[in-house]
Amino acid sequence: MKYKTLTAFAALVISAPIVFAGGADDDTLSIDGEVMVSKTAAPAHMAETGIDTIISGWHFREDDTQAMQLDTFDNPGMIAVDQAMDAWKTVEGTAEKSCASCHEGPESMAGVRAVYPKWNAEAGEMRTLAMQVNTCRTEQMGAEAYKYDGAQMTAMEALISVQSRGMPVNVAIDGPAAEYYEKGKEIYYTRYGQLELSCANCHEQNYGNFIRADHLSQGQINGFPTYRLKNAGLVQTHNRFRGCIRDTRAETFAVGSPEFIALEVYVASRGNGLSVEGPSVRQ
Amino acid sequence: MASGVKPRVKVPKSASAGEAIVIKTLISHPMESGQRKDSNGNAIPRSIINRFTCEFNGQSVVDVTMEPAISTNPYFEFEATVPEAGDFVFTWYDDDGSVYNDTQSVAV
Amino acid sequence: MDFTRRETLALGGAAALTFVLPFRANAAVDDAIAEFTGGAALADAGVELTAPEIAENGNTVPIAVSAPGATAIMLLAAGNPTPGVATFNFGPLAASQSASTRMRLAGTQDVIAIAKLADGSFARSAKTVKVTIGGCGG
Repeated sequence: MKYKTLTAFAALVISAPIVFAGGADDDTLSIDGEVMVSKTAAPAHMAETGIDTIISGWHFREDDTQAMQLDTFDNPGMIAVDQAMDAWKTVEGTAEKSCASCHEGPESMAGVRAVYPKWNAEAGEMRTLAMQVNTCRTEQMGAEAYKYDGAQMTAMEALISVQSRGMPVNVAIDGPAAEYYEKGKEIYYTRYGQLELSCANCHEQNYGNFIRADHLSQGQINGFPTYRLKNAGLVQTHNRFRGCIRDTRAETFAVGSPEFIALEVYVASRGNGLSVEGPSVRQ
Repeated sequence: MASGVKPRVKVPKSASAGEAIVIKTLISHPMESGQRKDSNGNAIPRSIINRFTCEFNGQSVVDVTMEPAISTNPYFEFEATVPEAGDFVFTWYDDDGSVYNDTQSVAV
Repeated sequence: MDFTRRETLALGGAAALTFVLPFRANAAVDDAIAEFTGGAALADAGVELTAPEIAENGNTVPIAVSAPGATAIMLLAAGNPTPGVATFNFGPLAASQSASTRMRLAGTQDVIAIAKLADGSFARSAKTVKVTIGGCGG
């Protein structure tokens, strides 16, 4: 009896969020006065999802959290950008090179964040930005790879991302990327864990609703790496994926795993058209 | 010294004499509160920045006593009067005795 | 070990006292205020406290204080393990006696600002900030 009551209660709770539906707000996201595309028509390949407007996670946050992203100085994620700027110029490895030796200033990275993950034809592999950074480090610099979701890597991703701020996400899903897109999509709709939740359950079917006190977003990753107030530090895409799957009480995939690479291709492509915001600020 | 401590300060490059300007400061620091425990259940000792000061040409603008309830990467925003051209000196004092500085010149 | 009824009651009472956290926290708050004011009376006007009604995460809560003419403003969080947050001492070149920072709140609680005004009197302002606990592990 007790179990049944609980189950009934759980069912009620699951259906309850509709009552509290808050949805995305109508504020304008402008960073240092530059207006971002934070809501736009969903890309054609999302027709089957029933989502016609893609919305940045920024619109689902409280005003005070939103405000921290409006000014580059107020954004605590920019500390990591400063730190990565030092790393950018630091000579490391057997080739005695720094990032700057080949790429000059980080401005040369403009547009890079927007198209990653990207197929590398030469290597015949799908590369996330983190993989590309590490390939540079190990092959060009003769330096040690950064830990995939370590502070140094996440900071470097933030530095590279900020060069593309305001540019539309444009991740390719055709050609060799198609199989990753399909694999990522399969993961997106697979229910994981004891709670049997898929990405879509929260971020496609219930965005705008509350899961307890959390205002569910569309799970867009155009703002990654993101400074999470909870962590008081930058969080990387795969780190967030892992957290989400862990919260379903599942064994999760590892950061940098083939599953998460595919999922990143798929989720990133769902944001095609939104501005790159990284490093953004979230709760 | 906490590793990788980096002060960031935002001050206008110039002002008119007597003008009030907005100053923002942010410094990377974990602000370990002393309330947390490590994975073995041992308390992690407190290690915070306990004081922040801003002076202009030797005169105080603000002097802040800080407790562990200040967030990681301490942020402050306040207003200063610029009576003449000169230097703002920002100083953060760490529990471990380290002192972090930044100086910004303002033209009038 | 045997306990008499009286001893058991006494122990229970002591335990209850130990766990009445607000009582203890308020004592610490009162002490901190007394130390700052020297026990002076607190006016209701003269200091303004700006804090969010709902903080999405207690780790980083933006907060602002303002008290025209004040020489110092003390900020307290009544429900934290230790109530002290910061004390702003304004110098002669402060263009306004106001400041913003970001603070930690261990949970939903009152945030209190006490200002020492230009005439040496004190003013108090308080605001309840709700700290939400996320559905997804925060």
